[in-house]
Amino acid sequence: MTIEVKNLVKKFGSFAALDGVDLKVNDGELLALLGPSGSGKTTLLRIIAGLDWPDAGEVSFNGEDALAQGARERHVGFVFQHYALFRHMSVFENVAFGLRVQPRAVRKDEATIRARVKELLDLVQLDWLADRYPSQLSGGQRQRIALARALAIEPRILLLDEPFGALDAKVRKELRKWLRSLHHEIHVTSIFVTHDQEEALEVANRVVVMDKGRIEQIGSPDDVYETPATAFVHGFIGESIELPVQVEGGVIRLGDRPLNLAADGLAPGASKLFVRRHDMLVGPPGSGALEGAVQHVRNFGPVQRAEVALSGGETIEIDAPRDRELRAGDTIGLNPRRYRIFAGA
Amino acid sequence: MGLTLSWLSVIILIPLAGLFLKSLELSPEQFWNILSSRRTLNALRVSFGLAFAAACVNLVMGSIIVWALVRYRFPGRRIFDAIVDVPFALPTAVAGVALSSLFAEKGWLGAPLAALGIKVAFTPVGIFVAMIFIGIPFVVRTVQPVLQDLDPEIEEAAGSLGASRWQTIIRVILPSLAPALLTGLALAFARAVGEYGSIIFIAGNLPNVSEIAPLLIVIRLSEFRYADATAIAVVMLVVSFVIIFAVNRLQRWAQSRIPAR
Repeated sequence: MTIEVKNLVKKFGSFAALDGVDLKVNDGELLALLGPSGSGKTTLLRIIAGLDWPDAGEVSFNGEDALAQGARERHVGFVFQHYALFRHMSVFENVAFGLRVQPRAVRKDEATIRARVKELLDLVQLDWLADRYPSQLSGGQRQRIALARALAIEPRILLLDEPFGALDAKVRKELRKWLRSLHHEIHVTSIFVTHDQEEALEVANRVVVMDKGRIEQIGSPDDVYETPATAFVHGFIGESIELPVQVEGGVIRLGDRPLNLAADGLAPGASKLFVRRHDMLVGPPGSGALEGAVQHVRNFGPVQRAEVALSGGETIEIDAPRDRELRAGDTIGLNPRRYRIFAGA
Repeated sequence: MGLTLSWLSVIILIPLAGLFLKSLELSPEQFWNILSSRRTLNALRVSFGLAFAAACVNLVMGSIIVWALVRYRFPGRRIFDAIVDVPFALPTAVAGVALSSLFAEKGWLGAPLAALGIKVAFTPVGIFVAMIFIGIPFVVRTVQPVLQDLDPEIEEAAGSLGASRWQTIIRVILPSLAPALLTGLALAFARAVGEYGSIIFIAGNLPNVSEIAPLLIVIRLSEFRYADATAIAVVMLVVSFVIIFAVNRLQRWAQSRIPAR
C-alpha cells in the first residue's frame, strides 16, 4: 500500500499544525515522522488514520481518495501512545475486538477468531498473558498487545503514535529492535511518530523530519544525519555545536575574528556554523580555526566531554577522544574536521 | 481506626439497633398483622415500586446529561453543571411546594398536561416526578468523574478497529461505566425510597393510592402507635439493605472486569 499526501493544511484556531505537507510513502516501508512537540507529526498521522480531518489537501491510499472514508472504512491499524486498551476486557478479548465487530456477513466463526488471536499473541510473544487484564500488564506488554490488536484486522497500513513514548529507556530499546524485526516479518506499510531521534534513526528505513507544520527533510537515516538539509535538521539531529557567524567577501567571521575556514559558494550575510561535537578536533594553541580555554571535563566511556570558552566569549561543548587528556584551564586550538554553514540568523 | 468505628456506631449502628429493639416489643403475630394490612402493603408498594422506576429513568436521563456535560463544550455548560446540584441543596419542602404548584391543575406544566388528560399533582405520577427530581444528581455525580477519566482514545481505537458508533457504545463505553452506573442507580433509588419532604406536598396522600411508606410511619407515630411505625421502618430498612447489598455485589462483579460479551 502506498500513501500519498498532498499539500495538507490543518489549523487549530490560528495555529497551523500542518502548513502544506507533501509526502509519499512507499509500499512496505517503515517510515519515521520525527520532530519536536508541536511540529505537526501526530496531526499528520491522525489525518492519515481518519481520526482528524484536514482543512485542505489530499490523502490517497494506492491512488484512491482516503478522505472520502472514515476511520472505520480505511482499514488502518492505529497504535496509541498510551495504549488505549479496553480495560474491562481480557488481553484475548482486546485482540479479538476488531474481529468480533466485523459486519455479520464477513465475520469469522468463533474457532477461526480464536486461532487468529492465538497466532497474533504468538507473534507478539505474549500468548501466556491471554487471560490477564490490561491493568495486570507492564507498559511494554500493553503496547505489544495494542499492536497485536491493531494487526488483528489485517490493516493495510500500520500507524504508531509515539509507541514507546510512555516506556522507560531500557524497555524502549528492546521494543525498538523488536518492532524492526516484526516489520521485517510482516512487511505492512508502517509510519511511526517519535520525538526521539535515536529511535527514528535506529528503526526506520526513511526519516521525515518535521518542524512547525512543515517537512524539513526526507531521507535515509544516514542522509539526515550526515547531510542535514536545513539548520533545523542539523540542530535537531545529533549533538551539534551551533555558532552565529558572518559571511563577508569570502571570509567567515565569528564576532570580529575571521575563521580560517573556506567560504566558497556561501551567500554573504548572517549565517550559522554547525559542527558535530565529535568533529571538533583538538590541537595545540594557535593551530586551529578557533581557540579557547577548557572550563571543565567529564568522561563518558570512550569520550571526554569538555566545556570550552572560546576567545570571543561563546561557550561550546566538544567530545574528544581520550587519547589526550584535557584538563580544566588548558588553552587549546580547535579545528572542525567537518562543518556546515546555513544562511540566516 | 477505633475512633472512626465508634463514630460510625454512634451515628449509624446504634439508632438502627434501637429501631430493631423497639420492633421486638411486638409479637411475631402482631408484626405480621401490621405488615400484611392492606394499607401498609400499598404504601410499601408505592414507595419501592415508584422509587425503582424513578431510579431507572434517572439512570437513562442522567447518563445522557453526564455525556453532554463531559464530552461537549457549549455556552452555559458550567451553569448547567451547577444546576444539577439544585435538588441536593434545595430544602425538600421547598422542592415539594415548587413541584406541586408547577404541576397543579392551574400550574405552568399542570395546565397543558391537564388539557391532555394527564393529572400529575396529587396522584402517584406526582410522586414519581418528585422522585426523579431528587434522584437525578446522584446518577450524574457518580458517573461524571468516571466518564471524565475515560480516555476518548479508546473510542478512537474502537473506531479504527472497525466498530460502529453503536458497537463502541455497547461494547466499550457502557461496560467501562457499568460500576459507576450501578452505584448511581442504587443511590438514586435509596434516596427516592427515603424521600419524604418533597413528596408529601405533591402526592395527595390518599391511603392505598398515593401514600408513601415514610408518610405512613409519620401517621402511625402521630397516632402514638409506635410499634406499628417501627415495624414498617424495619421492613423498609431490611428491603433497602437487601437492595444495596445486591447492587454492591453486582458492582463488584462488574469491577472484576469480567469480559463483556
